[in-house]
Amino acid sequence: MSIDLILFLILAVVAVATALGMLLSKNAVYSALFLVLNFAAIAVFYLLLGAPFIAISQVTVYAGAIMVLFLFVIMLLGAETLAPSKVLRGQGWAAFGLAVVLVAETVYLLVSRHAAVGVIARPDAFLNTMDSLREIGKALFIQYLLPFEVTSILLLVAMVGAIVLTRREKGG
Amino acid sequence: MDWTIWVEWLIKSLFVVFALLTGFAYLTLYERRALAKIQVRIGPNRAGWQGLLQPVADAVKLIFKEELTPAKADKLVFFWAPIITMVPSIVIAAVIPFGPTTTLFGRTIVFSVANINVGVLFLMAVASIAVYGIVLAGWSSNNKYAMLGGLRSSAQMISYELSLGLGFVTAILLGNSMNLHDIVDAQRNVWFAVVQPVGALIFMIVTLAEVNRAPFDMPEAEQELTAGYHSEYSGMKFALFFMAEYQKMIAISMIAATLFFGGYREFWFLKDTFLSVDAIWNIGPWQFQAWFLGPIYMLLKVVVLLFFMIWIRATWPRIRYDRLMSFGWKVLLPLSLAVVFISAVGVLVAQQFDNNWYLAIIPIFSSVAGLVAVGFVDQALRRKSYASH
Amino acid sequence: MLIEYIAIAVLLVLSTAVALIAVGLGTIFGPQKKSEAKSMPYESGMSPYGEGTRRMPVRFYLIAVLFILFDIEVVFFLPWAVVFRQLTWFGLAEMVIFITILLVGYFYAWKKGALEWE
Repeated sequence: MSIDLILFLILAVVAVATALGMLLSKNAVYSALFLVLNFAAIAVFYLLLGAPFIAISQVTVYAGAIMVLFLFVIMLLGAETLAPSKVLRGQGWAAFGLAVVLVAETVYLLVSRHAAVGVIARPDAFLNTMDSLREIGKALFIQYLLPFEVTSILLLVAMVGAIVLTRREKGG
Repeated sequence: MDWTIWVEWLIKSLFVVFALLTGFAYLTLYERRALAKIQVRIGPNRAGWQGLLQPVADAVKLIFKEELTPAKADKLVFFWAPIITMVPSIVIAAVIPFGPTTTLFGRTIVFSVANINVGVLFLMAVASIAVYGIVLAGWSSNNKYAMLGGLRSSAQMISYELSLGLGFVTAILLGNSMNLHDIVDAQRNVWFAVVQPVGALIFMIVTLAEVNRAPFDMPEAEQELTAGYHSEYSGMKFALFFMAEYQKMIAISMIAATLFFGGYREFWFLKDTFLSVDAIWNIGPWQFQAWFLGPIYMLLKVVVLLFFMIWIRATWPRIRYDRLMSFGWKVLLPLSLAVVFISAVGVLVAQQFDNNWYLAIIPIFSSVAGLVAVGFVDQALRRKSYASH
Repeated sequence: MLIEYIAIAVLLVLSTAVALIAVGLGTIFGPQKKSEAKSMPYESGMSPYGEGTRRMPVRFYLIAVLFILFDIEVVFFLPWAVVFRQLTWFGLAEMVIFITILLVGYFYAWKKGALEWE
């Protein structure tokens, strides 16, 4: 077995275990922390795939920013150990159904793409150079220009939404 | 993979860890002596010559202190929080170059733990991870002061992190690379602090806020929050927070030196003399590159930057928390955005006309932007100090 | 294999070991005399009042949301700064559009007082 494969297997176990830990923790802060570990494991997956930029961005944005927000929310509400609220009727069955759909879709994609692409080649030759980063930059700012600009509208909507939701009336 | 590379990694990592640990120990002494001098006191001078053994005495004392865990604290998180705070303060130094790439014992040595193409992004990632230890310390202590201190501290850190990130962007724009080695090499002819003085100044202000130093040390203000997020910590766990703060000071000074003050490089006007890190020295029969000047220049720059941090602590009072936050969001963030775009335009114009003298528009316009910001702050302060009564 | 990242992992392990040793030393050599008064949360000498962790002002939440949005913006800025010399004026224009849209939100937040801290 190659080192890559061994590393992958260990990380896969870590990723699944932390995901389960996140779902099963009683304390919401622990759930959040498990999720951070999960993000870290996924970042290492990206590294193994030869995508350091995505890996480190993942750590910066997800682990560094989004989970901080989650922790804040949990702490602000004092919701660490709240008793589970009433569950919607049929929620479990709906979740199960959606999970089946997701798994089926993943398997389909794996099978169909694998036939088309074969083993995905890793561009090892220019991994740790500025050129590989410039390629990402060009793809992002030329080829995917529209999605990039639309992202800013998405961010704008999120910002306005957060402000409207938390706005206090003057003098209140 | 060859086993010697593991030896190389281990040596480099041990070097970084020991540099930061001894740096931390002597920075505490340096700070106390410097503060004492500024306040016309003597400072600790009893343990060893000039108090040089004082850090050792402090460490021994802290080891023999009792550690308390408050009742109803979350034991697991309470234990890990100081460790989570301390580790990033060392790991962030992994990508900082200490010297020029050179050949030693027949192998090419790169003077940084890791020479990665996304170096600057790595700095951002680690800086944003550093928030966790503080939030968790505050939360797990089950103490109101600690909780509020932790939240304040982390809110402050994330607010200033944006301007920090834009400071990184400025350096990348000027250096045309995200690899810190390249950024240092790009400063061979002139430091980026000269090309973009406002950017460097913003960066230095932001670093103070990032490490919760005076005048941005409201989260630890003893008058209202006892000690902020580490109120409940004692003994070695407290020492880890202390360690993290000082190691962060050192690490962030190294980053500032690397991005804006030429890193391990000499002053730019020394570049063709024998004091350059690229110079080849001939001493008797030996001929070698003066790579060892790199770490020395780095150390000098870090010491000077650290002195500024201490000097500021001795001089300025704390900034009120509301003003601190609005300064970060309303002044520093727009100003650093303006600085980024001014740098971008300057670089473009210089490229268009193929003449680096056009880079001079960067310092001129960004100074104007800086003055506008100062004027804005001045006006806001005038309005507030008369209207609030 | 991305060899350089193993070096970072080595440093990570080493620094964690240092931190654990430091805490371990304190646990081994420090006295351990627990008492009820000692383990009470510190509240300036008064007996603690109410819960230790309570609900906090919503402003922290707003700051965290704004932080995420601008953090994503900064992460976009980084690859942009690297290819900037090739994109030239076109790159500048697209970044200006991106930022202008975000600044609309920023000034909205300013006007609504989301950046005030009372």
